[in-house]
Parts: sequence; structure tokens; C-alpha cells
Amino acid sequence: MIALLTRDLKLAMRAGGGFGLGLAFFLIVVTLVPFGVGPQSGLLSKIAPGILWLGALLACLLSLDRIFALDWEDGSLDLLATSPLPMEGIVTVKALAHWLTTGLPLVLAAPLFGLLLSLPPTGYAPLVLSLLLGTPALSVIGTFGAALTVGLKRGGLLLSLLVLPLYVPTLIFGAEMARRGVEGQDTTTPLLMLAGITCGTIALLPFASAAVLKVNLR
Amino acid sequence: MGLNVSNLTIARGGIKVLEGLNLSLAAGQALVLRGPNGVGKTTLLRTIAGLQPPLEGDITADPETMVYAGHADGLKPTLTVEENLHFWASVFATSNIDAAIEAFQLDALRTRPAGALSAGQKRRLGLARLLVTGRPIWILDEPTVSLDVDAVKMFAETVRRHLGQGGSALIATHIDLGLPDAQILDVGPYRARAMDPDDFDEAFL
Amino acid sequence: MSLNSLWQYANPKKFIQTTEKVLPLFSVLAVVCLVVGLVWGFFFTPDDYRQGSTVKIIYLHVPSALMAINVWLMMLVTSLIWIVRRHHVSALAARAAAPIGAVMTVIALATGAIWGQPMWGTWWAWDPRLTSFLILFLFYLGYIALWEAIENDDTAADLTSILCLVGSVFALLSRYAVNFWNQGLHQGASLSLDKEENVADVFYFPLLVCIAGFVLLFVALVLLRTRTEIRARRMRALLARERMG
Repeated sequence: MIALLTRDLKLAMRAGGGFGLGLAFFLIVVTLVPFGVGPQSGLLSKIAPGILWLGALLACLLSLDRIFALDWEDGSLDLLATSPLPMEGIVTVKALAHWLTTGLPLVLAAPLFGLLLSLPPTGYAPLVLSLLLGTPALSVIGTFGAALTVGLKRGGLLLSLLVLPLYVPTLIFGAEMARRGVEGQDTTTPLLMLAGITCGTIALLPFASAAVLKVNLR
Repeated sequence: MGLNVSNLTIARGGIKVLEGLNLSLAAGQALVLRGPNGVGKTTLLRTIAGLQPPLEGDITADPETMVYAGHADGLKPTLTVEENLHFWASVFATSNIDAAIEAFQLDALRTRPAGALSAGQKRRLGLARLLVTGRPIWILDEPTVSLDVDAVKMFAETVRRHLGQGGSALIATHIDLGLPDAQILDVGPYRARAMDPDDFDEAFL
Repeated sequence: MSLNSLWQYANPKKFIQTTEKVLPLFSVLAVVCLVVGLVWGFFFTPDDYRQGSTVKIIYLHVPSALMAINVWLMMLVTSLIWIVRRHHVSALAARAAAPIGAVMTVIALATGAIWGQPMWGTWWAWDPRLTSFLILFLFYLGYIALWEAIENDDTAADLTSILCLVGSVFALLSRYAVNFWNQGLHQGASLSLDKEENVADVFYFPLLVCIAGFVLLFVALVLLRTRTEIRARRMRALLARERMG
């Protein structure tokens, strides 16, 4: 399993691996928002937590179809399925690799992008914490969606259609926590809910993803 | 430690392709599957490898003893030959890749990225993976595609050595591999018969 | 009738034969209930003292909203039956029900908007109930799209049933999250087991008839569509057999 993780990370880092694409996309979204809503820093700082959460979510979505597609095309997925690794382990490692290459950089870059959107100083800690807690759920849910659509031609659009409704609770609690942080309110409830969703999806969803992937490999 | 398949019925895309198939494979044996294209050889191998469930029948073999190699080699183009093999070695919890590299004469290509290999070289690397796994029962689907004459000999030699060490191989192929002791099974006669169209129930046919 | 014999209707042939007989009955009953309920509701109930005649859209709004949720529940049950017992009719019934559920959701949203305009002064508000229904609609869309995207029927049935299970959990979570996220404009439930909270009796009885009509309409439609799905499935199987020779 560790071998699979290091292989996936290595592949992401090498040429054509797409590492950093999500980050660049995130930056572009953040850059485009002031063009859309105007440069007033008062308005920007008010919508910054929501924009940063949406940007992170979309950047995450962008790279989902790569989770299984390449392994499916070159036959590795068949070979992995017949290897000693349990399917649940494979999908968990895949989700973890996706989070390390997409989610974690987004979390680390978020304060910088917050600066661009004139996020108030009190907002940084809750924003980073909410992303740190929420992005693993995005990766795990996304892995489920990727497992559902692996092997489908033109699966990309369908993947978004399937995954985005599943992202609703995570987005609501994550953005709510970041927003409350900016406004200096208590963030305990959304924090607990967000952590609960993340723990729940990490614990349960890999079983669904594995079942779905097995069906798709038939 | 062999493979036994009894009264197996398999389906592709919800339609029965082969039924009532029996085969057995003991240690040191090779069995070559033959039959026209589309008869269901690939489906049969995938079923035996555990990638899809059979409709009926039993497959008795420890899945931990089998290794499957299909049409695609499962190579990562940006990883080198060595890295590709090391990855599969650690997945199957073995470590020695030198024997595999030697058997398929990949020594000169060790540090070459797999994406820069020719089709035949890729296939050799894909087959070298079998040795790395250290598993006794090989399930091979058209292993000699894009191999030249020398490489086919190399492959046949490797299979013979594998059989000599008590391994076994189930191979779907159309060419003569030069394995004199191999048994041959024509799957054509097991082709599923269509059912009476008026007698539809759970399976719709 | 023992529970065991219930499963005999999971045989497509038996299902077709049985529904042949009961389908006309359900269709007629659905039409009768809908006509009686709607005419009674629209023309023979008084106007509400605050809401005027706009209140009468309740006879479309409440039943369609109820059905929108219950159709998803029915799909959840049939999906579970497919996963556990692998009866094809069950999976096909779920497939047949999804577009009906989606349409019910649209009706509920549209009638809600039409009702909301004069009452709240807006066609749409990000009220928890409205938002949850929009999210439910998205779930329906995803579910239908997944069925359409996959060629192999058994694979599609497996994947969509797992999606339905996972989706149900997330739909519930979303419902809770949306409640937390915004307080609503929407009034409380129009119907509840607690008599005190109910709408007045004059509105209540025609509403019940309308709900019965919607349920019967759904049953009739789902039977009809399941029959179509079974026949389409059988046609594909026959074609495939012919290709095989």
C-alpha cells in the first residue's frame, strides 16, 4: 500500500502528472473573482471565505477523473485488483494520494490567496483549519465519484454531476466555519460537523468505492 | 496447489458465452486455450483471475496463488523499467527483480522510462512482472502480442523454467509457443447455447 | 399470502402478466381521485382569509412535494432489494421511478415558486426547504444520468443502487446542513399526525384525496414504465442473442 502511495506521488510529480494544476486553477479562480464582482475590498473580504472554499472545491473536482482513469487505461487497475492489496485499501490510498497532491497544497496556499481577497486577519486560522478538515472529505467523496465513472467515455461531466451534490454538506459546514471565523463568531458547531463528515466519509465511503470499482472492472 | 474449474458458465455483458466448462491445472503443467476470436477466452481468464464472478460453477484455487496478465501491461510511462518492476515487487511483497530483468534481457533498459520503450519491449517488461510476483499460477491472455521471434523464444523458455520449478500456466494464444508438453483446450465446444425465447424469466433470456 | 410468494412478482414474466390486469384499475382510480380532489379543492373550498385563492395551489404543491421525497425512498428500497436479492424487476422499477420523482420535484418547486411570489414577494428564496428540494432534484439528475451513461444493464443497476444508497445518506446530511445554514420563510408542514397543527378540515379532506390521486398516479406510471423497461431490456437481450447467432 505504501508502494502504491509512493508510486502515485511519484507519478504526480513527474512530467505530465498534473501536480500543481489544481493550485494554478485555484489561483485563477481567485484572480477572476474581483473582475466579476468589483475590486472593493469591503465586499471582497465579506465573500472571501466562500470564494476560497468554492475555489478549493472546484480545483479538487478538476483532478478527480485522473484518480482512476490512467490506471484503468494502461491496465494497472486490473492488475492491482488481482494483487494482494484489498480493494478498500487501494481506493483509500488513491484518495490519500489525491489529497496529498491536490487538497494539501490548496490548504497551504489558502492564506496567500486570502491575502489577495483581503481576508480579515481573524479569518486565517478558521479558514485554514476548515480547509484542512474538509478537503480530505472532498478527496474521499471524489474518489467514490471517480470509481463510479471509471471506464465511461465522456465521464468527466457526469463525474461533476454526481459528485457536486455529494459535496453540499461539506461545503456548507466548511464555508460556514470560515465565514463565522471572519465575523468573529463561535465556530465550534460547524467545526464539529465538518470533522464528523470527514471522519464518517473516510470510515465508510471506501467500502462503497471499492464495491463500485469491482463492478466496473467486471 | 492447483487450479480446478468445474461446470463453469460465464457471461460477457449479461449474455452467456461459455457454459459447462471444466479444466484443471496441476503444478508443472501448462494449458493452452484456443478458440476463435470473441468466443470468450478473455472473459474466461478474467473470471478465473477473480475479476468477475461466474454465472455458475466453481473455481477452486487460492487467489493468492494466481497472477493475471491481460492485454494491457499496466506500465507507467514516466517510471523507469526498474521502478515499474520494483513497484509490482513491493505490491506482491517480494523484492528481487534481477531474475526477471535477466530473463527478458531488459538489463540495458533498466533506467529507461517505460514510455520510451518499443511495443515489444513493453510487452517483455509486462511479462517480466510475472516473475517478480513470485506466484505459481500464471494466467496469461495473448502474452506474445507484439513480440518478435526471439522474444517469443525468450518467453517460452521462461515459461518452461517456471513449469520446471513447479509453477503452472494457463495461456490463451493463437501461436505455437514451442511448449511440447502443454495440453491444449479448445473452448469452442463449450459455447453457450441460446435459450428458448419464450422461456424468459430472471435473465430475460 | 406468505412473504415468500411476494417474490414471485420479481419474475419479469409474472410481473408483466400481473400488471396487465391491475394497471387499468390503478389508472382509472388515479384519474378519478385527481379529478375529484382537484375540482373539490379548487371550486368547493373557501378562500383563505389571509392568502386568498392562492392557497388552492396547495392541492398540487403538497402532494407533489410528498411524492418527490417518497419516490426517492421507494428507489432506495428497490435498490436495496436489487443489491440483496438481485431481482431485475426491482432495479428496473427504481430506474422507472427516477424520472417521475424528478418531475414531481420540479412540480413542487414550480408550484412553490408560483405560490411564493404573491405570498413572500419572491419567486425563489434560499430557504432550507426550497434548497433541499433543489438538491434532491440534483440527486435525481445524477442518478438518471448514471443509468443513461452505462451500457451494460447489470453494471448500471449495481452502480446506480450504490449511488442511491450513498446519495440517500448525503441527501439527509444536506437537509440537516441546509437547515443549519439558513433559517427559512417556508411555513411548517401542512400535514402532520398531530391534529392541532393541521390545516383546517375544509382544506384537509380534498387534500387527502389529491394525495391519494398522486400516489395512484405514481403507481400507475411506475408500473407502466417498469413494463416498458422490462420489454426494452428483453428486446436488447434478444438482439444480442441474434448477433451471437
